[in-house]
Amino acid sequence: MAEIRLENLRHSYSANPQSDEDYALKRLSITWQDGGAYALLGPSGCGKTTLLNLISGLLTPTEGKILFDGRDVSHSSPEARNIAQVFQFPVIYDTMTVFDNLAFPLRNRGVPEAEIESRVGEIAGMLELTKTLHKRASGLTADGKQKISLGRGLVRPDVNVIMFDEPLTVIDPHLKWQLRSKLKELHLRTGRTMIYVTHDQTEALTFADQVVVMNLGEVVQAGTPVELFERPQHTFVGHFIGSPGMNVLPCEVRGGKAIFGGTPVDAANIAAANSRGRTELGVRPEFVSIASSGIPAEVIRVSDAGRYRIVETRSHGHTVKLLLKEGGEAPRGSTFLSFDPSHTQVYEDGWMAGARR
Amino acid sequence: MALELIEITKRAGADTHIHPTSLVLPQGSFNVLLGTTLSGKTTLMQIMAGIQPPTSGRIRFNGRDVTHVAVQKRNVSMVYQQFINYPNFTVYDNIASPLKVAGMSKAEIDRRVMAAADLLRLRPMLKRRPSELSGGQQQRTAIARSIVKDSDLILLDEPLANLDYKLREELRDELPRLFAGRNAIVVYATTEPVEALLFGGNTATLHEGRVTQFGPTSSVYREPKDLTSAQVFSDPPINMTPVEKRGSQLQVFGGKTWPAGAAARGLNDGSYILAIRPHHVTPLPPEASTGELEGRVLVTELSGSESVIHLDVGGTTWVSQSHGIHPFEVGAHARLHVDIDRGLFFAANGERVS
Amino acid sequence: MNKTFNNKAWWLVLPVFLMVAFNALVPLMTVVNYSIQETFGNNEFFWSGTTWFEQILHDGEFHASLKRQLVFTGLILLIEVPLGLAIALCMPRQGPWVSVCLVLVALPLLVPWNVVGSMWNIMALPDIGLLGKGINALGIPFNYTRQPISAWFTVVLMDVWHWTSLVLLLCYAGLVAIPDAYYQAAKVDGARPWAVFRYIQLPKLKHVLTIAILLRFMDSFMIYTEVIVLTGGGPGSTTKFLSIDLVQKALGGFDLGPAAAFSIVYFLIILFLSWLFYTLMMREEAK
Repeated sequence: MAEIRLENLRHSYSANPQSDEDYALKRLSITWQDGGAYALLGPSGCGKTTLLNLISGLLTPTEGKILFDGRDVSHSSPEARNIAQVFQFPVIYDTMTVFDNLAFPLRNRGVPEAEIESRVGEIAGMLELTKTLHKRASGLTADGKQKISLGRGLVRPDVNVIMFDEPLTVIDPHLKWQLRSKLKELHLRTGRTMIYVTHDQTEALTFADQVVVMNLGEVVQAGTPVELFERPQHTFVGHFIGSPGMNVLPCEVRGGKAIFGGTPVDAANIAAANSRGRTELGVRPEFVSIASSGIPAEVIRVSDAGRYRIVETRSHGHTVKLLLKEGGEAPRGSTFLSFDPSHTQVYEDGWMAGARR
Repeated sequence: MALELIEITKRAGADTHIHPTSLVLPQGSFNVLLGTTLSGKTTLMQIMAGIQPPTSGRIRFNGRDVTHVAVQKRNVSMVYQQFINYPNFTVYDNIASPLKVAGMSKAEIDRRVMAAADLLRLRPMLKRRPSELSGGQQQRTAIARSIVKDSDLILLDEPLANLDYKLREELRDELPRLFAGRNAIVVYATTEPVEALLFGGNTATLHEGRVTQFGPTSSVYREPKDLTSAQVFSDPPINMTPVEKRGSQLQVFGGKTWPAGAAARGLNDGSYILAIRPHHVTPLPPEASTGELEGRVLVTELSGSESVIHLDVGGTTWVSQSHGIHPFEVGAHARLHVDIDRGLFFAANGERVS
Repeated sequence: MNKTFNNKAWWLVLPVFLMVAFNALVPLMTVVNYSIQETFGNNEFFWSGTTWFEQILHDGEFHASLKRQLVFTGLILLIEVPLGLAIALCMPRQGPWVSVCLVLVALPLLVPWNVVGSMWNIMALPDIGLLGKGINALGIPFNYTRQPISAWFTVVLMDVWHWTSLVLLLCYAGLVAIPDAYYQAAKVDGARPWAVFRYIQLPKLKHVLTIAILLRFMDSFMIYTEVIVLTGGGPGSTTKFLSIDLVQKALGGFDLGPAAAFSIVYFLIILFLSWLFYTLMMREEAK
């Protein structure tokens, strides 16, 4: 186990990168504590897989350093780094039994057979694979195979970090829940450092203590799930996290108020706003409510998501979404909206006003 | 006008893929087939399209028997999970392809392609080839092709499964609008209960080759006919426990008693299975009748605005999903509240009684 | 699986049917016709029953050439399959060298069979051929027109040169198709190259190898042109394989009846052995 430090890391797939555009990963420095659960979250092509491969040693960085417990491993091979990885599509050794699959990393490292027996037995117990230990691994279902991939990482006592590359892609929703909470449980039980890469906000937020949101090869915000939800530093984070994402509405800042289409609105960070650049108002659907006065709006559509309803309204020519609890009357026609002032923020050129950058 | 499946079955050797199924899908309707992988969604769609004939049973379209009419002769379009486009055609030609096959005039083709491209926001990409598009744009192209020719039946087989979460959300939002006001019968297969809910329309829950329930989505969700339908239509998985009703009380596990609540008021005394959706199990007591649940916390998942708590109650795992952040410590003893009024009661044979 | 029925589709398959009929069925029926009758010319035929078949099955020459054939096919399979696989493993999988390598290895496949025979014929000449002279220069007596061992060596070497590329290309295609994640997982698991080969590459190449072995088996069992050009079946009849024996019987002796029966037996042997290979390999797969 180790603390992982990334220092001024940069990576380009072209041999001699000219401009910033050529970098799949633009300058990045992060420190991850030993034993933590972390997630890298972002859309396809945001550089998260590049970063993962840099950490695991499948790629060598163009610039910068990767330190495991202060030791520079930037140019070491994956096996020298002692990491484990679970891939998007289950990778198992078809011809081997489940036991042999789990024992494989240990056998490669010359661990005595008696110790292998006990380690594999213990891990199989944790993963609920004991019953299938002596079956051919190729006969298992997708979630069973993913458990084997994970088990091959857990079985080694000396692993620095276990990395997950969108591991639930091929798993059915009802099994996703089980496997996801299993991962979380295993993290708590084993205390291993784990890094989880995904485009799925639910997976990232529920798994990790600290989530790094990436876009276009850059880190946009790193924080706890609650921070990302309540105080998104950039409109991208506001939009990307949350379902539906944050409402982002153009506004003017005048006289200590944000003016949205003529209606003055209170915002938490209004004092920090100095109406430079493009100013926008960000408020999550969770913090918008139907009111008897305030911002005029027209209800367009109400969709039922089971435990809540998504109400889509149109106000001053912009779409504003809000969430309502299950049950009760659905709003219709013309109405008014109110934004919770403590969860309404002003953004300047995409960044939250007053935020450290 | 409607598509009718009458006692359709599908067998291959000793395996039964589809048990006798009858469905009536009216014109202009949006229908979701909801079920896990291998529950028979794809087979059922292929039978509807005429790609595979059923082993027995009949298919009628607008009253006409089309059981053995080939797919080419039916006016059907399909969208698959994989992004299927002609790789060396431009987006424009891809969308236009079914119209060219139909031998439409150039002007008419142009008008329709443009209309479809506008709906799916593909205007700026019309000259590109599929390999130059993102996954979301490739799937938009495939969807545009499916709507361009005014098909009678549009089948979408998990079209969003290979897309990023946010793109999925975006298209999920757009799809119902896209099909609204069309005369086509739309059938949409998915493994995700939330997709079925958001699309509204009708939902058929599928389990092991059987349609367990078919009806308006919200009533299938809120009034499942049996335990299987409730299980299929629940994400996260629905909580279940055997209960014994005695008068106004419910005997539950561990010698506890809960008030019977509004849902069970009309039931005779006896044994039932109580199923409760995770969002009706909360750390804060609800307003109405509540039952207490005590156990050891297995895992807490906090998603920024919601908490999912997995609780071990005498060997059974209960899942609670609630608004707000409730950071329960793992291994700690916790007390949750069950909203019994919202519970679903099933008889021992799985049929819902209240 | 049941597919839709579209009767127009038959018209599209019709040319293939016609071709198969002209190429295979008609000649085959002619052969069957000859194999059960006796003719003295003038298009007069007499029923002979299974006489020709009995004669062939008890023919010592046939047995000898069948044995030779089996040894030859076994030998070239033992050499070409591991060799093709080994070279495929060494080939680059990306970069500019890929196409260069592919063209180079595909070259032997493009040479016509009789040219291959002539090439090796000249090359192995003990007095002026590079190969023949070279081996003699090493102090090993080599003359493929006189010594059976030299002749076998040349024939096998020629076949290996000509056909290893086929195995190689098939294996290469199979290797390229293995997703990167497998190699990455193996790296992460600390697998040595041998373990990567044994537990990832070999299992994933099973299907491809089955096809390669089957193709090489069938083709080598029918080898004719190259050998006839190179050694003509000699010295003596030490390189007289089944096909050469057949041609000698049919054209040399004009024994059409026995030759026809020979053809059918030959055909059945190939069919049976191919079936045997295939079932054995598929059974292994099912396990």
